[in-house]
Amino acid sequence: MFKRMITILTVFIFVSSAFAASNKNSIQIKGSDTMVNLGQAWAEKYMEKNPGDFVAVTGGGSGTGLSSLISGTCDIAMSSRNIKEKEVAIAQKKGINPTEIKVALDGLAVVVNPSNTVNKLTLDQLAGVFSGRITNWKELGGRDKKIVVLSREVNSGTHVYFKEHVLRKNDPESKEEFSSSALMLSSSQAIADEVAGNPDAIGYYGMGYISKKQVPVAIAKDAGGEYVEPVIENVLNGKYPISRPLFLYTNGVPSGLVKKFVDYSLSAEGQAIVLATDFVPVKK
Amino acid sequence: MRKTKEFIIEKLILVCGLASIFFVVLIFLFLLKEGLALFNIVGPLKFLFGKSWYPISEPPQLGILPLILGSLLVTFGAAIISIPIGIGCAIYIAEIAPLKIKEVLKAGIELLAAIPSVVLGFIGIVTLVPLVKNVFHLPTGLTALSGSIMLAFMAMPTIVSIAEDALYSVPKNYKEGAFALGATHWQTIWRVMLPAASSGIVAAVMLGIGRVIGETMAVMMITGNAAVIPNSILAPVRTLTATIAAEMGEAVVGSEHYFALFAIGIVLFVISFAINATADLFLHKRQ
Repeated sequence: MFKRMITILTVFIFVSSAFAASNKNSIQIKGSDTMVNLGQAWAEKYMEKNPGDFVAVTGGGSGTGLSSLISGTCDIAMSSRNIKEKEVAIAQKKGINPTEIKVALDGLAVVVNPSNTVNKLTLDQLAGVFSGRITNWKELGGRDKKIVVLSREVNSGTHVYFKEHVLRKNDPESKEEFSSSALMLSSSQAIADEVAGNPDAIGYYGMGYISKKQVPVAIAKDAGGEYVEPVIENVLNGKYPISRPLFLYTNGVPSGLVKKFVDYSLSAEGQAIVLATDFVPVKK
Repeated sequence: MRKTKEFIIEKLILVCGLASIFFVVLIFLFLLKEGLALFNIVGPLKFLFGKSWYPISEPPQLGILPLILGSLLVTFGAAIISIPIGIGCAIYIAEIAPLKIKEVLKAGIELLAAIPSVVLGFIGIVTLVPLVKNVFHLPTGLTALSGSIMLAFMAMPTIVSIAEDALYSVPKNYKEGAFALGATHWQTIWRVMLPAASSGIVAAVMLGIGRVIGETMAVMMITGNAAVIPNSILAPVRTLTATIAAEMGEAVVGSEHYFALFAIGIVLFVISFAINATADLFLHKRQ
């Protein structure tokens, strides 16, 4: 009986130490839900090219990624927003030096159900809808129905970006907030699903999530301006008003496996993957 | 030899028992240490009764009244659905069902308990949410009601199996006595079995409610998570647990947001403690 337990224990310790040892050629990437598909696509191709290296990618939101970079539980954080000064301060206290690498661009698509007749909005109208001043589709020229506002959770970089650039119009003094009756959904996919099934819903997510079940709204900077669709060329030439850079954050200047992976993401092949996952490459 | 063996086992059990108490105390102290730090920044009254929850704004607004009400509303709804069905089910299994059906039902209930809550949440999104939306003509089906129905499913196995045990352990001669006095089967169940098993049934209900208030994943997926004071069960709500789960990733260790999430933990702890205390009080009164 005891002998058997000891054998099992030994085997267990041996196996777990074998896993621990293999950690030396593996890296952990965490963060932005917007980027998780992109990160996974990179990781797959990278591992195909470099057998023996292991790259694990998980989502959870930009905030999750950055805070786990700060607490040392991941090697690379994916983030769809810049790191905040507060976060840098906390990181430095812990001896971690976040380094920013811009790897792609993303247009933020505002989407509605295909049966919705409202298909273009100005930035002002968008701010009105998401902050709760405009509550009926009628006010935007649509049906007489209550607007169901969908937002991402606060740990999402997309949420933060949308608040700062659409609701607050880049004004650091602004106190504008998301309407408290906005539904907070925990992933971009949840927003996609709800918009697909709900004719009165409006939500936002990274361009890569657009499918036939949602229609992206064309957006104009102001009432007289040109309405622009979120497509790759409009993001590249800067016409689409709500587009943003996507980043990888590492602790200090990347080295070793981390550097190999970052270099791969910026290589021609890595940037081709960016395009294939519906984001906009930073390098041609 | 036998005595030493017994001695060792006895002590081992004592150590296990003490350890669990020790861990609960440690957890509570840790919660207090991290959570109470918040009250240097925000007053406790402002925290408990504040109506806006915007944790990442500058400065953050940390009022959890909508979250407390959301949690209570969802729990209340789930209790209303699951308690009558659960107890009814327990009575049927313990008293009425033929042996074969009884076996099948018991296995089925246990199976229901084994479904992970994230799976139930996902099933809820796909089936229940659109149904609620269409039946009540709502702008969205992500409501407190959807959460309550789904949570009722999760509380039911606990309620049924414990209440059934309680009914089963009522001494046989109570029942025989009632029959001997000429009571019908239904009268026996209602007037004799249920009162005799009441302490066990209350415990079953309390454990069920405990499960509901602590449940996180499914509510996060189907209640809509809007931090607004709910005005009906057909409105989206945000619960205490879902808030912690959804935001713990964002909260940088040592920030106000981080402390606030721990303070929510304290509130949850207090609520569960209150539920247990009420159950205890009730049980002692009965005896």
